[in-house]
Amino acid sequence: MMKCKSFLSSSVGQKFLVALTGLGLSGFVLTHMLGNLLLFVGPNAYNLYGHKLTSTPLIYVAEVVLVTLFVVHVGLTLKLQKANRASRPIAPSQLPNVCVKRASFASRTMALSGLMILSFAILHLVTFKFGPYYAVTVDGVEMRDLYKLVQESFQKEWYTGFYLVCMVILFTHLSHGFTAAFQSLGLSNTHNTWLKRIGFVFALVVAGGFFSQPLYMYLAHH
Amino acid sequence: MKLNLKIWRQKSPSEQGQFKDYVVNNANEDMSFLEMLDFLNMDLVRKGEEAVQFDHDCREGICGSCSLMINGSPHGPETGTATCQLHIRKFKDGDTIVIEPFRAKAFPVLRDLCVDRTAFDRIMAAGGFCSVNTGNAPEANSILIGKEVAENAMDSAACIGCGACVAACKNASAMLFVSAKVSQFALLPQGKPERSRRVRQMVAQMDKEMFGSCSNTGACEAACPKEISLENMARLNREMLRASVTE
Ligand code: FES
Repeated sequence: MMKCKSFLSSSVGQKFLVALTGLGLSGFVLTHMLGNLLLFVGPNAYNLYGHKLTSTPLIYVAEVVLVTLFVVHVGLTLKLQKANRASRPIAPSQLPNVCVKRASFASRTMALSGLMILSFAILHLVTFKFGPYYAVTVDGVEMRDLYKLVQESFQKEWYTGFYLVCMVILFTHLSHGFTAAFQSLGLSNTHNTWLKRIGFVFALVVAGGFFSQPLYMYLAHH
Repeated sequence: MKLNLKIWRQKSPSEQGQFKDYVVNNANEDMSFLEMLDFLNMDLVRKGEEAVQFDHDCREGICGSCSLMINGSPHGPETGTATCQLHIRKFKDGDTIVIEPFRAKAFPVLRDLCVDRTAFDRIMAAGGFCSVNTGNAPEANSILIGKEVAENAMDSAACIGCGACVAACKNASAMLFVSAKVSQFALLPQGKPERSRRVRQMVAQMDKEMFGSCSNTGACEAACPKEISLENMARLNREMLRASVTE
């Protein structure tokens, strides 16, 4: 127990937790993206999926887990970031050349892209989860017409554009974060160099999927 | 060769430093970078000025004393090279070269280009050793070590503790250094008995010295004159986890 506590209070242990929660959140964005692909199938499929998802009591458990993941991931990162700033007596704009040249843009801007994604996620919840309630009846069951809300939201060019930009930011965050998590968890070694590329592929799939959905809704209903 | 130098001058840890311009008129391309600075210093002393202070010792890339930030890169633009192994032929006639000390909270500037890197020594003292009974040397073949393991341990042990990783990192993290030192012992049977205590104490000391944490940017690996690989860092993370769940 003592050992575990000292592990979690060390910078290595805290990065471990950031990685673990980051992977948890990666799993969430992946399933969220896959579920949303039902937008391409049609209104009924999408609404039924939303209805099923929100009508099981397990959704509350899932929500608590998700919020915990977010809080730990963001909270610890901010704490580490503050310590990191204190460790380097020069402004971020005067970073050593080698850092700017050799460290990828995504890796250097994780805190910033992360904060942007957090703000986006809050706005996203306000628009959809806590947005206007439209009702629709599918197979005799009354449920929320989320499809209509999505369609309505992505009628505005600027709103669709904003989403697309946010998905590019999500791409950069995931492309570094997904791979880096395996390093922080101590899972990478010389025999699994494919892990170095997997972040890019994962980010491409998730952000690409999310990118296509608002774009489709805008184009299809215009 | 004519070189324009912009060198950081700072009288003491508490005083503000600033860049000063110098010109070296007849630098020879076969000089090492440190020899070029010696040349400049001879000139300065002749003129009655204060010589530029910089750290150096072996001048053959094994002691880790030399520690200059040259044009924004620790140990200069060449990869896998310490400052003392860098040659003037890597620069062009008329080039402007910016020379600074390594910068990190944990490495306070002592004077000009010299920084205090005793934080590394304290990390080593915290656990970077392996306790053995003294006496007669044991039979060489009584502990068998596989070729691959020996090579990996040797690669980690190649770290000269210069601090380039800290200087390159946006967080001034010492993870690459600590991971190399943890690895060189953890890989070998002689280092295994103390591995948990070692990694815990070295990481605790690292955090205490105000080094930042790792963001996995890889700048340290790129700057390392001994090309220590990031794999050591994954091993350090593994060792830390292992130490916290066992023993
Ligand atoms: S002076 Fe010893 S490594 Fe450069």
